[in-house]
Amino acid sequence: MESYRKNQRVFWVLAGPGSFWLLFFFLVPLGMVWILSFGEKAVIDGKISITETEITWTLANYVRALADPVYLVIMWKSIWISALATMLCLIIAYPVAFVISFASPRWRPWLLLAVILPFWINLLIRTYALIAVFRIRGYVNFTLEWIYDTLWLDGLFGPFEPLELLYNDFAVVAGLVYVFMPFMVLPLYASIERLDRSMLEASLDLGASQVATFLRVTVPLTMPGIVSGLILVFIPCLGSFLTADLLGGTNATMIGNVIERQFKAANDWPFGAALSFLLMYVTFGALALRALLSRDAEARI
Amino acid sequence: MSIISIRNVTKTFVGITAVDNANIEIAANEFFAVLGPSGCGKTTLLRMLAGFETPTTGEILIDGVDVSTTAPNKRPVNMVFQSYAVFPHMSVLANVGYGLKVTGVPATETRQRAEEALEMVQLAHLAERKPDQLSGGQRQRVALARALVKRPKVLLLDEPMSALDAKLREQMQLELTRLQEEVGITFVIVTHDQDEALSMADRIAVMQSGRVEQIATPEALYESPDSRFVADFIGKVNLLDGQVTGAADQGVTVDVTHLGKVTVPHSGHAQGQVSLAVRPEKIRMTVARPDSGLLVQGRIVDWAYYGDTSHIRVQPASGPPMSVTVQNDTRSTIENGDVGDQVWLSWRAEDTLVLDR
Repeated sequence: MESYRKNQRVFWVLAGPGSFWLLFFFLVPLGMVWILSFGEKAVIDGKISITETEITWTLANYVRALADPVYLVIMWKSIWISALATMLCLIIAYPVAFVISFASPRWRPWLLLAVILPFWINLLIRTYALIAVFRIRGYVNFTLEWIYDTLWLDGLFGPFEPLELLYNDFAVVAGLVYVFMPFMVLPLYASIERLDRSMLEASLDLGASQVATFLRVTVPLTMPGIVSGLILVFIPCLGSFLTADLLGGTNATMIGNVIERQFKAANDWPFGAALSFLLMYVTFGALALRALLSRDAEARI
Repeated sequence: MSIISIRNVTKTFVGITAVDNANIEIAANEFFAVLGPSGCGKTTLLRMLAGFETPTTGEILIDGVDVSTTAPNKRPVNMVFQSYAVFPHMSVLANVGYGLKVTGVPATETRQRAEEALEMVQLAHLAERKPDQLSGGQRQRVALARALVKRPKVLLLDEPMSALDAKLREQMQLELTRLQEEVGITFVIVTHDQDEALSMADRIAVMQSGRVEQIATPEALYESPDSRFVADFIGKVNLLDGQVTGAADQGVTVDVTHLGKVTVPHSGHAQGQVSLAVRPEKIRMTVARPDSGLLVQGRIVDWAYYGDTSHIRVQPASGPPMSVTVQNDTRSTIENGDVGDQVWLSWRAEDTLVLDR
């Protein structure tokens, strides 16, 4: 492994394409958006242009985003919806990952495949499918009605009232959990699979119950997987707009929808860019918080 | 009274019989070893004692209570794992105190007992360390302290020395023996290392292919093995095939190639095809023909010098070569023979064993 460090040419051949890609297709455009966030709509012939922008190094876009409570409220709401979806993902994914890692080697690839399978279908189609599930005359309500009628409850309480499951925060959270679940299951599976089984046996042997073993040994030892899963789900949740757009309607707007609207409908790229960067700073904040917490935990033990 | 009774225990995994009708009684305060080649079922037996496996048939009693289906955390036994399984996210002290903490022992008592246990394994000065800052030998001591702090009725040890180097292994063997005498609890150790079993255990069960071949003291196992397998597995042995021709007074007469008809003491019943077994160190090697004993003449084909002893292979006129161990008890022992020399091998009839073939 030392050889590529000694041989400069090998190093550049291996690292070159990736570095080039990162630089020109990620860092440079990101820098352009950053510069754009300090711009404003150009004034041509005394009129504010609809299409042209001008970089004037103004902070007006940031001031607008931070001063208008509407955007902060939406930002805050996006954070807690994402946090809620992430926690739900963790709660659902942990047992799933556990079962997969403890399944017999013959079954494991198939179970993993079942987790990854939804990726093979377009996100848009999957989200529309959720509409079919959640709508007033959808599968959930259909099933509930069937149970309701089968139990003769309509005789007691009157006819079945379908639940309004769509176009609210519930639908957005459910959609996010559904879409991002594999990102939680896979890192959890990787860390549970690596877990030394004799650690669990040692804990049981020393008199700990199954629950105590889980909380004191399994969870701490799979913490890297848990943290990776939280990050992998929380960050894309925060930036997502399709789910909120289709399932949330007008009642549940996320910051991603606002940004999308600035770039498309409102055609106000500088403001959209400023919002994008504010979102990115929040993400960095979350990552920094996580690093701080893990260092604290390290010091505590 | 036995602290552990293993009665007619059989364990089958899908299509494989790991333990086949085992019957073992282990006395209180005994240092008991289960010895066998890898895959003989000894670890499965230990895991059934710990509660990680349930016997397919038969029962296991610990201190008179049937624990065959009792969960591991409800058994009065503790285990030292082969990998030690020291929790990497806890300090040494937290590791040792873990078993007390999770069973509701008050914090002050937990701390005190954990510190005492660390004292016992001479690790008190490393209490605040994390396991990744410890050597293999130190981690093993943590695992030992962690199990002993629970004051179990039985301590189970699964191949505890396999990850240690030779010098440390010898030291830990002495230390384990000392600890066992100090704490006065039953130790059950599983090992594939015969030296380990012979030097530490009060009694040894030898297992092969899931069956218990023999349970005896180290001396009895070595000097009076029941079967060809045990004789061959414990130490080295020369096996000479022969045919029983008749019974003699408290012995049998066996016709062996290039030994002739010899009469050796044998208490049991023997007939037909048998093997005469003799340990390499029981054989004398001389240039001149000795006057008495069982005699074989041959040529030295190999001379391995080990410092304190030399292991020599001698090829008789026919049959497989024989092993002889010579004590290098004088500085000139090595001059007594060389590869290619014709020598006489002799041993006493009473040092010979008759084993079924």
